[in-house]
Amino acid sequence: MDLLLLLQQTLNGLQLGVMLFLMAAGLTLIFGIMDLINLAHGSFYMLGAYLTAWTMGLVDAFLPAIALALLITAAVGFLVEVTALRRLYGRDHLYQVLATFGLILFFNEGLKLLFGPQPIFLQPPAWLSGQVPLFGAPYPVIRLAIIAVGLASALLLWWLIGHTRLGMLIRAGADDREMVQALGVDIARLFGLIFALGAALAALAGAMAGPVLAVRIGMGEDILILAFVVIVIGGIGSIRGAFLGALLVGLVDTYGRAMLPDLLAMFLERTVADAAGASIASMAIYILMALVLAFRPRGLLPARS
Amino acid sequence: MGWRWRILLALALLSALLIPWTGDDYLVKLATRILIFALAASALDLVLGLGGLVSFGHAAFLGLGAYVVGIMFLHDFEGTGFLGLAPSQDIFVQFLLAALVAGGFALATGAVCLRTRGVAFIMITLAFAQMLFFFFVSLRRYNGEDGIALWNRSRGGWLELEDQRTFYYFVLACLVLFLVFAARLYHSRFGRVVRGSKDNDRRMRALGFPTYRYRLTAYLLSAVVTSIAGVLLANATYFVGPAYLSWHMSGQLIVMVVLGGIGTLFGPVLGAALFILLEEFLPDVLDLFAAGAGEYWMLLLGPLLVIVALFARRGLLGVLVGTGR
Repeated sequence: MDLLLLLQQTLNGLQLGVMLFLMAAGLTLIFGIMDLINLAHGSFYMLGAYLTAWTMGLVDAFLPAIALALLITAAVGFLVEVTALRRLYGRDHLYQVLATFGLILFFNEGLKLLFGPQPIFLQPPAWLSGQVPLFGAPYPVIRLAIIAVGLASALLLWWLIGHTRLGMLIRAGADDREMVQALGVDIARLFGLIFALGAALAALAGAMAGPVLAVRIGMGEDILILAFVVIVIGGIGSIRGAFLGALLVGLVDTYGRAMLPDLLAMFLERTVADAAGASIASMAIYILMALVLAFRPRGLLPARS
Repeated sequence: MGWRWRILLALALLSALLIPWTGDDYLVKLATRILIFALAASALDLVLGLGGLVSFGHAAFLGLGAYVVGIMFLHDFEGTGFLGLAPSQDIFVQFLLAALVAGGFALATGAVCLRTRGVAFIMITLAFAQMLFFFFVSLRRYNGEDGIALWNRSRGGWLELEDQRTFYYFVLACLVLFLVFAARLYHSRFGRVVRGSKDNDRRMRALGFPTYRYRLTAYLLSAVVTSIAGVLLANATYFVGPAYLSWHMSGQLIVMVVLGGIGTLFGPVLGAALFILLEEFLPDVLDLFAAGAGEYWMLLLGPLLVIVALFARRGLLGVLVGTGR
């Protein structure tokens, strides 16, 4: 195996992994604390990407544009929680699925109406669009930047949850919601904040995905399902689990796609190996999920409960 | 069942029988589509309503049934064998194959899914269905994303399925047969155990019922019937593609069940009818208000679903008659 290819694919896998983590972190918090399944979390990712494309036209500077997009998405997340989802806590998951499925349809059609059905290609700023030599071969700066931002966000989240008052309330809320409420914490405001935080994290992933992938309708749904796989592997409600799961899924998926066809070609005919490799690679993470569940039904690092 | 119900039922069946005699080809096609999705939604209600398990992956079984038809057609057309077997375009053979394939997939995935509950169950069923979706998208042998266009329907022995009217009656017969079966199942010992496990699983186990096995059987049964609907769907549309396996399809099936009334015999049928009619006519209605607005009908459907989830828990049937079943 080519060492350079392996290193590059490892970086690509890490990049997918940190983006998945940003998605999964918000989702798993919302599951763990509100016991709510939010299918519309992918819509926040998509919203982040579209809003970044829009704010780029307004302020013409990448970082402020992203910040603005994050703020707006967080506000939308807060609004969605207050108007609709708040009434669904404690209800059968079926109705949460139904309502958030409806929200997906709404966001997809709404953004199509506002921005048109064509994909938008987000231009990264000059300082991010170049390539740097890495291990003797050029590697896109933007991908390195994504990894850095993702890891920094993970650290920030770790600090926020482990070492601040808000984090303390979040952890307490996950353990025993009623008790926190009984102690006089405004639990409704806390839930709204968590929802806004989750939406902002998803939007950050979306904003960074814009320049790498295209900004298009339905972009949030593919990554949402990957984030579900991440959460199931990591353990529902566990941020550490989400981090581990995200890196695992990112690496397995990337390695599988890059290497399985070549690996199979050692035993099979080239055309057969290509076809079979592509098929197996697209299923690899789901097989990983099934394996994890077979041995650890509660995930690799389950949250305490 | 009260006499009012019996009259309503007789009227519904009578009008279903009379639809082909209108001679309106469009209407018959639309009604066929409704009946097929009614079958799929009713099958889903076996896990959703009876078992209380929110399966978000039933599109997989629908798609497997449809792909049985597509793959058999393609091999028959090319004159090639499938895994060394001669392909068959007989619809009853295809029913059997679909049941075997979907049943096998349901057993394998169900064994893993049913170890979990709640949110995890939803996500895992979704993930397995998505796995199958990507598998068929990457399967170039069967045209990947483009899917397979069929030139003819499956053959039904002495039944001329190519005839729209005959096909309609065939689908209607499948649905009625299943509804009779489902009504009996609901009150059977099996149905009672599954319902009991939904309400209080620990108690049922304490009573000595191996509830895991009961729930797995319900899941299997639901999957098999959904795959039968898939066989019919491929024949109705003359097309098989990965879209049948997409998670939007799983979502739509859930919407139909909840829209009509979960855990009731006729709720899913009503829900399927309502959903397909909305899908068919809402765009036209919107176009009346503003030209081109019809394209964005989902902008209306989305909030509608949120409202149903928030306020109309028992669905259309609950609103209409007050009680289910």
